[in-house]
Amino acid sequence: MSEIPLARPLPVLSEMNSYFWCGGKDGRLHILRCGQCGHYAHPCVGRCPRCRADAMAPDPVSGLGSIVGFTTNHQPWFPHVPVPYTVAVVALAEQPDILLISNIANCPVDAVAIGMEVKVLFEQHGEIFIPLFEPA
Amino acid sequence: MTRFMEKQVCITGLGQTPLHRKPTVFPFQLAVDACELAIADAGLTVDDIDGIAGFPLGMTGVGTGLAAASPADIQASLGLKVNWYGSGENAAQFSNVQSAIAAIAAGYCKHVLVWRALGERWIPSYSHDNQDRAKPLPASSGWKSWWEPYWAGAASIRTAVHASAHMAKYGVTREQMSAIPLVQRDNASRNPKAIYRNPLTFEAYMDARMISTPFCLYDCDIPCDATTAMIISRRDLAQDMPHRPVRFEAVGGGAQQGIDRWIGRSDFPRMMMHDAAKMMWSRTDLKPADVDTAHLYDGFTYFVLFWLEALGFCKEGESGAFVEGGHRIARTGELPINSNGGQLSEGRTHGFGHLHEAVLQLRGEAGDRQIADARVAVTGVGGGALGGCLLLTNED
Repeated sequence: MSEIPLARPLPVLSEMNSYFWCGGKDGRLHILRCGQCGHYAHPCVGRCPRCRADAMAPDPVSGLGSIVGFTTNHQPWFPHVPVPYTVAVVALAEQPDILLISNIANCPVDAVAIGMEVKVLFEQHGEIFIPLFEPA
Repeated sequence: MTRFMEKQVCITGLGQTPLHRKPTVFPFQLAVDACELAIADAGLTVDDIDGIAGFPLGMTGVGTGLAAASPADIQASLGLKVNWYGSGENAAQFSNVQSAIAAIAAGYCKHVLVWRALGERWIPSYSHDNQDRAKPLPASSGWKSWWEPYWAGAASIRTAVHASAHMAKYGVTREQMSAIPLVQRDNASRNPKAIYRNPLTFEAYMDARMISTPFCLYDCDIPCDATTAMIISRRDLAQDMPHRPVRFEAVGGGAQQGIDRWIGRSDFPRMMMHDAAKMMWSRTDLKPADVDTAHLYDGFTYFVLFWLEALGFCKEGESGAFVEGGHRIARTGELPINSNGGQLSEGRTHGFGHLHEAVLQLRGEAGDRQIADARVAVTGVGGGALGGCLLLTNED
């Protein structure tokens, strides 16, 4: 992305979240997945919530999902961020109970709808790659 | 003897300060005032109080903000000698109430002082805090770090994404939602303490500026400075105290999943209130049809709809139709809600205003807004990853 992105409150990185926030460096979204049964979990857990195996590790996913909830925010919480903007809940295609909060990019706010299919893109802030979504 | 020991515990004292929309009295002073009022209302002295619990615990020496009075500061101010003090996190804004019940049931205390002290008008609001362009945006950690990088730290946004999912699934409309602020404003007209008492019209609601869709200005509660305090007492002692005791029939809290993150429950867009309500009804023979008056958290309008469904007053997805037109939830309806005006009109007392009003109704002390023959009340507080509820009765 050529233009300088608007400032965001950036996450404090830790051993428990850097796979997610920095994983987009390779252009793909990374979610913890069980090496034994294939179940995904988010955010970080120490055991597989389904089979209890000690085998959770970051794994790239398709980056596809669908919008299951959203809001068009009109309140100017941040002076540098133009309103309105969309905050959405995206359910991952691989496992729809994995829900991510995100902004919807490259889409007029009036066109955002529940059920809309979306795909991931990343916005770089130094070593952090914020996952955003746009219409698929 | 019952296994559910909350039935052996009563609310015996109430104290509430005026609610200030603008900084007027220093919030910690309000907290001390409310605690003294509650002790006097129970016919007790500071020497009778052997337990204290604030929520959240809060830091000492602050006196403003969301936790304007820590237990240590209240103890020092009133000269209290206690066997037990606490806070708890298990049941949203009722965590300290439920901790106090447990302390009495365990025999640690006879009379516990609990309070909720708000001094939000003395600290920068969320938006004003971010308006200084020269200040770098603060880094984000903990559960909020899943929201704040998306300029989504405001509670209105966190709640709205749940509301929109529910609306899309079940066809709830803003017209239906409007019944809640309109009915509550009408209730507030009979509450001298309420911050907003002028009539709110349907047209004003529909035309109001949007905050975060589907929430307009009138879907959001009113920050204020106020403290609400109560005395929680052992049931056998309550019989000889000045006011008609209001007994805990059942409590609900806990978390089946999703502690603290506001997103990630497998049953999205359900919230923690569904878990709290389920626990509460598992501890009583009473049913939703036995409830005479409901006092439901309304930080945003939509929490009321979620609570109505979670508590079983209607089926999931039917809360919009349940409140439509307002007749059912009005003071004279089959299930009056938020008879004090709630946080949307009276002011944001963080759930303790709801409990205060429920106790007034069950005492028969609610004045012009008294609900006839109120015997059983329910209060539910919190939304998102927070949920706690109480079933109360004035019957022994």
